[in-house]
Amino acid sequence: MTKEYNKYKGRLPSNVLEEVREKTKGMPEGRVNNILKEVCSEYNKARVEPGESVGLVGAESIGEPGTQMTLNTFHFAGVAEMNVTVGLPRIIEILDGRKKIKTPMMEIFLNKPWSNGKDIRHLALSIKETTMKEIMTDLAVNIVESKIELRLDNAAMKDVGVTPGNVTEALGKQLRGVSIKKKDDLIVIKMKSKEGSVGDVSKVKEKIKDVFVRGVKGITQVLPVKRNDEFIIIAAGSNLRDVLPLKEVDETRTITNDVFETAEVLGVEAARQIIINEVNKVIDTQGLNVDLRHIMLVADTMSFSGDVKGITRYGIVSEKASVLARASFETPIKHIVNAALVGEVDNLNSVVENVMLNQPVPVGTGLPGLVTKVK
Amino acid sequence: MAEEIDTQQEYVHKKVENIVFGVASPQLIKKMASAKIVTPELYDKEGYPVDGGLMDIRLGVIDPGLRCKTCGSKLKECIGHFGYIELARPVTHIIFVNIILSLLRSTCKECGKILIPKDKIGRCHAKLDKAEAEGELEGRRAAIKNIISGLKTVNKCPYCKARQQKIALEKPTTFVENDKKMSPIEVRTRLEKISDEDIEIFGLKPGYVRPEWMILTVLSIPPVTMRPSITLETGERSEDDLTHKLGDIVRINQRLFENINAGAPEIIIEDLWDLLQYHITTFFDNNVAQLPPARHRSGQPLKTITARIKSKEGRIRHNLAGKRTNFSSRTVISPDPMIELNEVGVPKVVAMKLTMPIRVTEWNLEYLKKFMERGSSKYPGANYLIRPDGKKKKMTDETQEALIEEVAPGYIVERHLMDGDIALFNRQPSLHRMSMMSHKIRVLAGRTFRLNPAVCNPYNADFDGDEMNLHIPQTEEAITEAEVLMQVQTQLISPRYGLSVIGCVQDAISGNYLLTRGAELRRDEAVDLLCRVGVKDFSKLPSKEMINGREIFSCILPDDFNFKGKSRSVDEKGGNEVIIKSGKLVKGVMDRDNLGEGSGLLLRTIHKNYGENKAIKILGKIFKLGIVYLARNGFTAALSDSDLPEPARMKIKDILNKAEDDVNNLINIYHQGKLEIFPGRTAEETLELKILELLNKSRNETGIVVAEHLNKNTGSSVMSDSGSRGGPLNLAQMAACVGQQAMRGKRIEKGYIGRTLSFFKKGDLSSNARGFIRDGYKGGLTPYEFFFGAITGRDSLMDTALRTPKSGYLYRRLANAMQDLKVEYDLTVRDASGRIVQFRYGEDGIDVSKSENGIINIDRIISNVK
Repeated sequence: MTKEYNKYKGRLPSNVLEEVREKTKGMPEGRVNNILKEVCSEYNKARVEPGESVGLVGAESIGEPGTQMTLNTFHFAGVAEMNVTVGLPRIIEILDGRKKIKTPMMEIFLNKPWSNGKDIRHLALSIKETTMKEIMTDLAVNIVESKIELRLDNAAMKDVGVTPGNVTEALGKQLRGVSIKKKDDLIVIKMKSKEGSVGDVSKVKEKIKDVFVRGVKGITQVLPVKRNDEFIIIAAGSNLRDVLPLKEVDETRTITNDVFETAEVLGVEAARQIIINEVNKVIDTQGLNVDLRHIMLVADTMSFSGDVKGITRYGIVSEKASVLARASFETPIKHIVNAALVGEVDNLNSVVENVMLNQPVPVGTGLPGLVTKVK
Repeated sequence: MAEEIDTQQEYVHKKVENIVFGVASPQLIKKMASAKIVTPELYDKEGYPVDGGLMDIRLGVIDPGLRCKTCGSKLKECIGHFGYIELARPVTHIIFVNIILSLLRSTCKECGKILIPKDKIGRCHAKLDKAEAEGELEGRRAAIKNIISGLKTVNKCPYCKARQQKIALEKPTTFVENDKKMSPIEVRTRLEKISDEDIEIFGLKPGYVRPEWMILTVLSIPPVTMRPSITLETGERSEDDLTHKLGDIVRINQRLFENINAGAPEIIIEDLWDLLQYHITTFFDNNVAQLPPARHRSGQPLKTITARIKSKEGRIRHNLAGKRTNFSSRTVISPDPMIELNEVGVPKVVAMKLTMPIRVTEWNLEYLKKFMERGSSKYPGANYLIRPDGKKKKMTDETQEALIEEVAPGYIVERHLMDGDIALFNRQPSLHRMSMMSHKIRVLAGRTFRLNPAVCNPYNADFDGDEMNLHIPQTEEAITEAEVLMQVQTQLISPRYGLSVIGCVQDAISGNYLLTRGAELRRDEAVDLLCRVGVKDFSKLPSKEMINGREIFSCILPDDFNFKGKSRSVDEKGGNEVIIKSGKLVKGVMDRDNLGEGSGLLLRTIHKNYGENKAIKILGKIFKLGIVYLARNGFTAALSDSDLPEPARMKIKDILNKAEDDVNNLINIYHQGKLEIFPGRTAEETLELKILELLNKSRNETGIVVAEHLNKNTGSSVMSDSGSRGGPLNLAQMAACVGQQAMRGKRIEKGYIGRTLSFFKKGDLSSNARGFIRDGYKGGLTPYEFFFGAITGRDSLMDTALRTPKSGYLYRRLANAMQDLKVEYDLTVRDASGRIVQFRYGEDGIDVSKSENGIINIDRIISNVK
């Protein structure tokens, strides 16, 4: 049987071939052969033709449903889930290639046994970024003795699983020029230098509030949820670089919705996949039907140069070889002046320039040339 | 012999290979020019252009009857010629100010060399190239500046050891060195000293630019054809903005010359010089931040060169990337289900104005003469005759006879449109390729374009006053392309998702639904119905007295058609399966899931099995069948459609009362502080979420009650069940309860302090104080409920108004970035410069518009292959 399938390897895309193999299991050889023959001929009929203007069709396919998307920035997915940017603003955000996105989110998958729910709450909280201001109740400044007394909130500490020992350690590491002493549930911070000014003390006071005690920086909210028989942690805020090395985390599946962070940590190919997934997610939730191939093409134009570039005048469009094509988009004067300064040559290879000059465009039926022998 | 060569030359086609950009040197400007402009006067007393004036006829002609002195051609033939003026004193070109500044700062004031030591230049190249890649030329210049300021010898030339002074730009155009104003003459001599090698470091290309060219000594005068004057009704001439500006420049320039020659005091010369600088600056750009824009006498700012090029209304986007066309027409559209899907009804008046060019041959000579005999006022006639030399002659009563006499093979007759001609039909906004399709013309009475309502979908058209455009392709090439690539049947499958974009809508769905749900017709009625639809073969009708709807519907399907699918509604037996066996609808009802646009595989399978031409015929028949059946049967939506029996009303009341109580309970618990809080939320947020969930749940419950108790045979229910218009939600809103009005995912909370309306108590969190509408539309809303409805209504209007430009801009960017991606002959996807974007389109090379919902339907193939 495998012989039949092997014959079609390279003639059919592997996913199609795999599907046929799956669906024809246990069928007689002759029929399988006929089916394969038929699939192959249908595939050949469905192939793109050279010259097809796939880019424009892709742009149309994503741009056209844009008018039907909602503008609502936030929604609450489910009862207690977090705010997510959805709809048109999210698509714009992704395609702009913004470095900082509005609502970064992570889906943290876990290794066994944590994925079965072991210590899930505790684990989630240990990932969440905890700063001093969340676990203290009182912060008193004694200017005369230039010292600060802070009272820890035991309940809150227990909640996030932090011991007073952790706290003093964190304070000691992150504050300079102070001595730290522990008295019952009070922590006394004293300035080392004698002639410390009042300003210094209040500076330290402000610093204390933001001392990072525990967790992963940037993760502001965590939510353990059960999805398909396993527990995962959904986190608001994103820090792929620090989450992936954790031993509880399944680093092969954990993802973020931040395209740039993915590109930095995992590379462009991963970033491309994130673009595809995220755009597709938005389009799906809006109940629209757009073929994945169009989204792929957009993701590829954004990433084929090796790093993620937005579809803006600073991104993709600035890479175009043609002066006129760039000028027809935005800031024409700048492009024309710069072209003049470097003596740029426009070879009229793409569409708009030829439209401008009333010449046939080099896509579709404009691509082939006819040669006739004249006697 | 000589004649033969001449005709040959006439057909030489030239193609622009490339366009080179560069900065014009003074020498080039002079060489280009065909006239030197010396006087600001435009016309003499007779109204004839003055020699050496701005309207000099050596610069081209804009008056009929005159001939250009440079090229000898007449109006519309002469494209215009440049002129120039010699400036009395050099003037800085506003566009290049920033470049001049960085050149001055980064080069030695004495020797003109770049302030980077020789041994370091080599190392800088890579750094600079990177800066250019990131920030273009500006980035490169900034990088040079950084390198220099990082050197030890910041203030000293590494070559001639001259001390460097600080140079600042006093905006917009004055350079200041150590608080001393530099005249453009000084600047120019500095720039002259910079060597070609050093220019290259700045990213400028020698041969195309010299720094000193950025200080103007001569000014190029654009041809008059670029700034035509218009003659007003009064006979007065109104000059173009550019001409006005140029007039100012020439006038001041002349005065400056005179004053210099007369040896006027320095102050006067300086003043005039500054004025000249101002005029030349605003000539190039009238929107410089620091300068008051030059204005007309009426106070409206002049539109000078930059404004002409820039933005949507500018030359590039308005005239070059988008063009106007002849042979087109626009009018209101109206529906006509009786014409074919790929036809367009064209009013006779339009058909007699638009024409189709037909080349005269020996064989059609007599035929075309008949058109010419009818002339332009009798349909179908002809409007123009084109001679072989390209001269176009209008057919009028006077010329008619002579032209009929004259016509011979080789001429072209422009005859009126006739049935079957090809036209492109378009509705804006043209968001996808189905927004412009080609139709066959059908000349009809009336004054509107007619189109089959089934093709409304791809155009997104309705008939509430929409207008559409019609274009008539004029060359054989264009006609063929429109016919082969753009006809409606070729666009059936959307390239967006691979399903039919054209399907039944509204009444067509309702009609087919009612017909196939169990209608019974007398045989004569059935035959009559099918006849109306265009079916002529009744052999498929069973020979019974009463014929059911499915059998009638089956008459349209091909005999060998097999299909299995699902419908959204249930048939009389309660199943939602649709089975078509050997062209007979055995089981199931037809509704939107099978007949509608974009859904279901019925239409897609017909298209796949029988090809586009047959598919469109079948679709047209199905559509007509639905409409005709509905028209004969009568169909209406009435107020009583949403009547509910008493027990149902009680049930709904109970549900809503309970919901209200539950909400009040929750609020009480919240006030007692006993509410269980969701992780990561405040108590208030938790309460809101819980209330929202509760109210939505009870609204849905009322919806279920409504669905259970409504009469299934009313118009409204039929529409909802078949999916032709509205859904169960709309029915429930009419009959029972409109539900919670939400703004930004929350209940309504804005308005007064602590309350939504002054009608409520402060801090009232109960359901009806926060936008829950518990009444139905039919029962009537209370005043505050109505107001809440209005709030969300207004909000959604704003949403739409804000979204349209946003998504439009996104679309424009996408289209601009991706327009030149195409599949090459090696099946890779590449951009215009040949860089590979994808090795196979969409990883498998499948064209979505040839696929079935994006895939190859293996299930179908398996069931077809034995």
